Amino acid sequence: MQAPEAILKPPQAGTPRPRSSEGGSDLSARGEPFLWGFGGALSVGILMVFGFLLLVFWNGIATFYPKPVEVVTLRDGTVLAGEPIRNEVYRPGKEVLSSLDEGTNKAVLAKGALVGRTLYHTGNFDLYNEDYRWIPEFQVQAVSRPKDMFFIERVEWGPFIGRIHQVTFNKETLEGSALPVERLYDEQEKAAERRRRIRAIERGDIGEVNHYLEKERLALRSIAMMDGEASTAYQEAKGRYDARMAQLNRTYQRLAGEAETLKHEDELYNVVLKDVTGREKTLRLSEIVRLYPANDLSLLQKLGVYVSRWSEFLTEEPREANTEGGVMPAIFGTFAMTILLAVAVAPFGVIAALYLREYAKQGTLVSIVRISVNNLAGVPSIVYGVFGLGFFAYILGGSIDRLFFAERLPNPTFGTGGLLWSSLTLALLTVPVVIVATEEALAAVPQSMREGSLACGASKWQTIKNIVLPRATPGIMTGLILAMARGAGEVAPLMLVGVVKLAPELPIDHFFPFVHLERSFMHLGFHIYDVGFQARNSEAGKPMVFVTTLLLIALVGLMNATAIYLRNRLRRKYHVGHF
Amino acid sequence: MLAISNRQGAVLPAAQNAGSAGQSRGGSNGGTVYHVKPGPGGKLIDIENFALWYGDTQALFDITMSMERGLVTALIGPSGCGKSTLLRSLNRMNDLIDGLRISGVIRFDDTNIYTADLDVIGLRKQMGMVFQKPNPFPMSIADNVAYPLKVDGIRDRHVVQETVERALKQAALWDEVKDRLKASALGLSGGQQQRLCIARAIAADPEVLLMDEPCSALDPIATARIEELIDHLRGHYTIVIVTHNMQQAARVSDNTAFMYLGKLIEYGDTERVFTNPINPHTSDYVTGRFG
Repeated sequence: MQAPEAILKPPQAGTPRPRSSEGGSDLSARGEPFLWGFGGALSVGILMVFGFLLLVFWNGIATFYPKPVEVVTLRDGTVLAGEPIRNEVYRPGKEVLSSLDEGTNKAVLAKGALVGRTLYHTGNFDLYNEDYRWIPEFQVQAVSRPKDMFFIERVEWGPFIGRIHQVTFNKETLEGSALPVERLYDEQEKAAERRRRIRAIERGDIGEVNHYLEKERLALRSIAMMDGEASTAYQEAKGRYDARMAQLNRTYQRLAGEAETLKHEDELYNVVLKDVTGREKTLRLSEIVRLYPANDLSLLQKLGVYVSRWSEFLTEEPREANTEGGVMPAIFGTFAMTILLAVAVAPFGVIAALYLREYAKQGTLVSIVRISVNNLAGVPSIVYGVFGLGFFAYILGGSIDRLFFAERLPNPTFGTGGLLWSSLTLALLTVPVVIVATEEALAAVPQSMREGSLACGASKWQTIKNIVLPRATPGIMTGLILAMARGAGEVAPLMLVGVVKLAPELPIDHFFPFVHLERSFMHLGFHIYDVGFQARNSEAGKPMVFVTTLLLIALVGLMNATAIYLRNRLRRKYHVGHF
Repeated sequence: MLAISNRQGAVLPAAQNAGSAGQSRGGSNGGTVYHVKPGPGGKLIDIENFALWYGDTQALFDITMSMERGLVTALIGPSGCGKSTLLRSLNRMNDLIDGLRISGVIRFDDTNIYTADLDVIGLRKQMGMVFQKPNPFPMSIADNVAYPLKVDGIRDRHVVQETVERALKQAALWDEVKDRLKASALGLSGGQQQRLCIARAIAADPEVLLMDEPCSALDPIATARIEELIDHLRGHYTIVIVTHNMQQAARVSDNTAFMYLGKLIEYGDTERVFTNPINPHTSDYVTGRFG
């Protein structure tokens, strides 16, 4: 123990002070290990996100690039043709090994009973009843890439892989070998044009006639419901209805005739295809979406196929249970729903937060409300879906139907899932995010600003409107961005309140009132689920899953980028540093 | 403008000074010393037995004083003495605080401002306020000054322009900003921002200008300009200024009130308070012995 005077005596200037050798310079004291831990955790997180994005990006980007077609001759003499999709190493079962001949068996066992195999996309589902096939390497005799193998995408049955045997252009028949390829492409394009025209007549023009027929029928029905079928008003309307019906029916007949003529013309253009084993398949030229000699393409031609597939994907409707064709309706549905969601959630969230932060007397009740709002964010989204279906669709929509669309009953109009109910359900789901962000933003507005405004004789509402809200806007936008990102990626509740596998009509068209919020719609997130897990062949859906995921990420990214751009402009305008 | 010689004669002991100019009240320091220089228009603000509590804490004790029309009244005292609280009671800015209680009366132009049916917004329009830290709004310079008109619903462009120009000229800022009225107010220097806030406060043509340590965030040169400005505004407005800076109080004010621990200790003609304080606390404070 030191003497008391030694403790009390202040150290002389210039005498060396005791320096702790551990304390300050110790690694743990300086927090170094924690720093490494934090940095490491952050790196792992970033790596996972980037890894995921890279995986999706690479697979999505590569999907549409044309692959070569290989003709594989197996040892047992079978021949097959297909696009090699991927390789893997597997361990064949005992009975497979024992069925092999001596030499092969030995070679396989020498490698530890591991064999490589390749997945071939053979197409021709209508002929083979399968379109993907694993070929183990020990079965392969020879592999070649003949230049006359065509990859033919069809409207139905998926792609056909094989050779062109014979074509008929309007009674002129050419053998495959004598066929000028340029002419085939030309005729195929014309045939595709015919297909589009037939479709335009059947879906567009005849659809329009049907729309007016239905409208007239409903108009008559609503008169019948109002005045009764015995009234003179009904009789007059019935007369008008019959006349209009007859007129519409004549239009229908004319259009149907036009379509029929086109179809007859179309039947004259046929192509006979032969698969690699020689089985023939005849189809109309117009049933071909795209064809190319997979092993005889220059880089430019490959890029051409690639671009044309992307443009089909982005602008066309889906075919073949969504595993082929485009996703335009899903892009549109996702976009429309997210915009509607933002439009619905912003006022609700901001008003609620304004009341909580600016007007409500801070106390236990407000704290309870605040905690409840935060907890709402943790409710499983499917619960919101159930609520949306029960409350929005059945109760609210059912009432709307009874009040305004009685003539259409029992067919529901608003009384079933639709775009509006989906948006509102998701708005409910994301409103806590907006409330929390808005409250934070409001709290961050300096008190001096409010006081300055109040001292100028502004009322509380004027202060909020002129000073507080503008300054809080960037923060509110941040909340809205988060809400949109969450809402655009949500699928589970949507399956209950309006998303369908295939929506026949877009929510916006040229029929009054142009925007049809009651219609069900397609959604990229649901599309991923449907294609990936509900299609007849998950292998066929796999590329589409990646491409659609890429597209969904891109769409959410694009919408967020727009919102962030707007927010930054506001931020500059109001000189707000935070958020 | 207002001659210093106008002040009433000799200093009187507190107990004998309960005449027309003021009154004395009992207190821990033997009563408030009270003897003010009267303004040309008589009393404008009259505070009577005013006390204020934040929750259970009493911040102001039994304040009785009045502010003379057209004069500059300074409130001085050490930190936490309640001078800002008193100032903010005048335009009821304290209403924003939860759990606030008051007793007593404050009259503005013979109207009690602490009644339930008083138009607080109207009151604040008659009392411009300038805060400790310049708080221009994130808008253009012109919009800042025009803000009181905006909330009044005045949209006539001519009126707004004229008012902006008049207020900026009165606040001695016009020459510096006349070419960039549309520029953001946040680009101004601290001193300019504070003068902009003064312009904003007088744009609505109030009777009273309340200043809560308007120079505490400014450098000496900007402070000098604000003081010049206050001197320039004397007579046009009744100014109540809270300040930490005793030299400033001595320079700009006509009457000075010294507060300590929530009580009004001494109130009187500035020259007298600084040269010949009666209460020993005041004397200690103004001579720099504490505070």
